[in-house]
Amino acid sequence: MKRYNWLVAAAVVLLTALPLWLVAKPDGADGIFGGADGQAQQAIGEIAPDYRPWFAPLLQPASSEIASLLFALQAAIGAGVIGYWLGASVTRDRYRKAAEANNAAGRGVDAKAGGDAD
Amino acid sequence: MHIMEGFLPLGHAVGWSLASAPFVAWGVHSLRRGLRERPERRMLLGVAAAFSFVLSALKLPSVTGSCSHPTGVGLGALLFGPLAMVPVGLVVLLFQALLLAHGGLTTLGANLFSMAVVGPFVAAGVFRAARGIGLPLAGAVFLAACLGDLATYLTTSLQLAWAFPDPAGGFAASLAKFAGIFAITQLPLAVSEGLLTVLVVNALARFNAEELQDMPLFAGRGARA
Repeated sequence: MKRYNWLVAAAVVLLTALPLWLVAKPDGADGIFGGADGQAQQAIGEIAPDYRPWFAPLLQPASSEIASLLFALQAAIGAGVIGYWLGASVTRDRYRKAAEANNAAGRGVDAKAGGDAD
Repeated sequence: MHIMEGFLPLGHAVGWSLASAPFVAWGVHSLRRGLRERPERRMLLGVAAAFSFVLSALKLPSVTGSCSHPTGVGLGALLFGPLAMVPVGLVVLLFQALLLAHGGLTTLGANLFSMAVVGPFVAAGVFRAARGIGLPLAGAVFLAACLGDLATYLTTSLQLAWAFPDPAGGFAASLAKFAGIFAITQLPLAVSEGLLTVLVVNALARFNAEELQDMPLFAGRGARA
């Protein structure tokens, strides 16, 4: 199970990293790997050149640095919660196994029975 | 999948807000009742929400040479039912609309509908169908999260094509254009989201087996597996 999980994680990393090599750099001045949301905005401009957005964001991040700060904050909050759960779960699992092993040893049964259920 | 602030005509903006509003009310109601009955599920709900927070903050490169992000709502939809993810999606989208100028208040209804209504419902439906035909748990989870993610981006493409039909080719040409931007870019990302969801479900199955047993979608899986 452990190996299978590592393989899945490796597949995600590959899926994310491969496009960086596979996609050829375009000739134009346009950057590569821009946001799809922004491209859709451009497409709207091509389809309906007269359309004017009628509402502006209340708050604009002061710069792209600030925007990346806030995105990092969003990810950090999420990762913190998941990390807390994972840590608490692993510890709970360890204590539970230790308690079971103690009980089993007390009754003279093989403490290793059961083992790692995946 | 974020339609930018002000980029939907007034009628569409109002229409999508009205379409999403009942799901928000229904979702909040069902989430409250669920937590009152089983307060111990608060932790796992937090994990599902956190998963969506992380994934929707990660803009990943794709084979089309542009970047987009997964939504992460599939996991929660499988655990708590699709309705529970509507309030979660609302929190994520509000955070991004208010602080990041990513998405917007006028497009909140449309974005909510694609990410927090269509995505979770498709994920839950695909999961049920996949288990129904006897796929193993990991396969069903992967398909559900992956297709739910894609469905969200297809919905965004439909919404934009409806609001901005091509002057020459009409709705279809416009849909092809927006789907080319969103759906193709999303393909590898949806696979990534599916795989990451499988990882979390593996951990849940190992550490939270009792709680999973009476989750609506996992209940009775022994019988069908």
